[in-house]
Amino acid sequence: MLYIATGAAAAVGAAATAWPFISQMNPDAATIAAGAPVEVDLKAIPEGGIMTVKWRGNPIFVRHRTAKEIKEAQDVNLGTLRDPEPDAKRVKKPEWLVVVGVCTHLGCVPLGAPGQRGEYDGWFCPCHGSQFDTSGRIRQGPAPSNLVVPNYVFNGDTRLTVG
Amino acid sequence: MSGPSTYVPKSALGRWFESRLPVMGLVHSSFIAYPTPRNLNYFWTFGAILSFMLGAQIVTGIVLAMHYTPHTAFAFASVEHIMRDVNWGWFLRYAHANGASMFFVAVYIHMFRGLYYGSYKAPREVLWILGVIIFLLMMATAFMGYVLPWGQMSFWGAKVITSLFSAIPFVGDSITTLLWGGFTVDNPTLNRFFSLHYLLPFMIAGVVVLHVWALHVVGQNNPAGVEIKNVQRDAVPFTPYATIKDSFAVVVFTIVFCWFIFYVPNYLGHSDNYIEANPLVTPSHIVPEWYFLPFYAILRAIPSKLGGVLAMFGSIAILAFLPWLDTSKVRSGAFRPVFKVLFWVFVVVCCGLGYLGAMPAEGGYVIASRILTLLYFLFFLSLPFIGWFETTKPVPATIADAVLAKSGGSVALAGAAHEKP
Repeated sequence: MLYIATGAAAAVGAAATAWPFISQMNPDAATIAAGAPVEVDLKAIPEGGIMTVKWRGNPIFVRHRTAKEIKEAQDVNLGTLRDPEPDAKRVKKPEWLVVVGVCTHLGCVPLGAPGQRGEYDGWFCPCHGSQFDTSGRIRQGPAPSNLVVPNYVFNGDTRLTVG
Repeated sequence: MSGPSTYVPKSALGRWFESRLPVMGLVHSSFIAYPTPRNLNYFWTFGAILSFMLGAQIVTGIVLAMHYTPHTAFAFASVEHIMRDVNWGWFLRYAHANGASMFFVAVYIHMFRGLYYGSYKAPREVLWILGVIIFLLMMATAFMGYVLPWGQMSFWGAKVITSLFSAIPFVGDSITTLLWGGFTVDNPTLNRFFSLHYLLPFMIAGVVVLHVWALHVVGQNNPAGVEIKNVQRDAVPFTPYATIKDSFAVVVFTIVFCWFIFYVPNYLGHSDNYIEANPLVTPSHIVPEWYFLPFYAILRAIPSKLGGVLAMFGSIAILAFLPWLDTSKVRSGAFRPVFKVLFWVFVVVCCGLGYLGAMPAEGGYVIASRILTLLYFLFFLSLPFIGWFETTKPVPATIADAVLAKSGGSVALAGAAHEKP
């Protein structure tokens, strides 16, 4: 009984001592503070264009979608999607799509320049071939889920804050 | 390392010291009097070559760390500083970078040798598993070292490999955040990778000590796969026989090593790593270093994130189970006709996966990767069955018999063997 009590106390002590050594690996206060929201000027993005802004070290894609791209995103049969999500739930205004530009497979930045957007007019990841549509949803390739939609708010008609 | 030593120092001072710390006796019994099978071929020199490479990597690494700055703003420039400004910096860096490749060349030959001659079988299971642990530590060390120059391949290699852990259900994202120390690969990541890259080689050295200890407890395997029965007939003393042979092999290996350092120092690297890391642009074709390519091909062959990650880690983990997967009573592949064929098929499969890992993941390459990945695992899963039905060739009763059958001569006793040139 005494042995068990002593051993249990030692185990609790060891775990408590180990905690700072593990916890120090998580993001520090400066890193978290540097991840403050960023503002985007929407007037700088022409229709059909994509602007990349950096937030928390990762690229954020702000895409000014054309009428054709919006229609493509809305007309998809959700039953055929790996990660079914209607386009309406991924955007606040149909012409603006905001996604984190990090492939949900292994973290590469998908290509979005005209001609590099893959078969679904969205993005093509050069690392392992994942293809995303005009709503940033996974359509083909190894990525398990859609491009993440970050928190963002519109400040009037021409400005957007991400984060 | 095998039992109490009978070593008695010649000098009075030596005897005084030995009775207080018997380290000379340990060296004597481990590396001088230690009986080595007399039929070892040159594939048995890779243990010494690997020890040499570990030492070379530690020495070049320690001096490189004196000039390197582990910060995202300075890392890339400090590597160029080493290349251009530091005395002999170009040599030290090329020796360290190519040294990693040569280390893996040697370890793969060492592992295939162990596989062919059944060196993982009883009583060498623990020895083999310690080797698998060393291999894993080597992979982790090499991966983190490649991140330090902070080039494009460094950054995106780090991103992809750390993102592997995000495939773990539920806790995956928390684990990657913990590894990164941020929201993506950034300065905290570089810092900790530098710290760990400096630490792990010494952990490898520690496990190498256990590996050599375990080796000296059970004794070396040999091409015939039979144990030493009569030390006088079957074995020769480690010094001078193994010491000289190992030294010669190290010298020959160093010639190849030097050819890379002085003639093609960037052949095994990737030109994209001479572009500084950019977290917003992924290079159009990212590949890991050559020694990870077979595993990378397995990762990409599986059309599911978690599945690919499991297959990749599984392809290494399965090595640890080899002692129990192989049911054959005969140790050496030299006397196993079916195993021998499968072994060479396996070597070709591994090389094929290496080639496919360097190719883009599309079309026929993906199909070929899937077939070869299947064959990779089938090799291991077929071993239990082969052991049951394979008709093996007669195994020599002793090492001396194996040597005699080959040379047709007579075996000099180890005591008299010193007279041989």
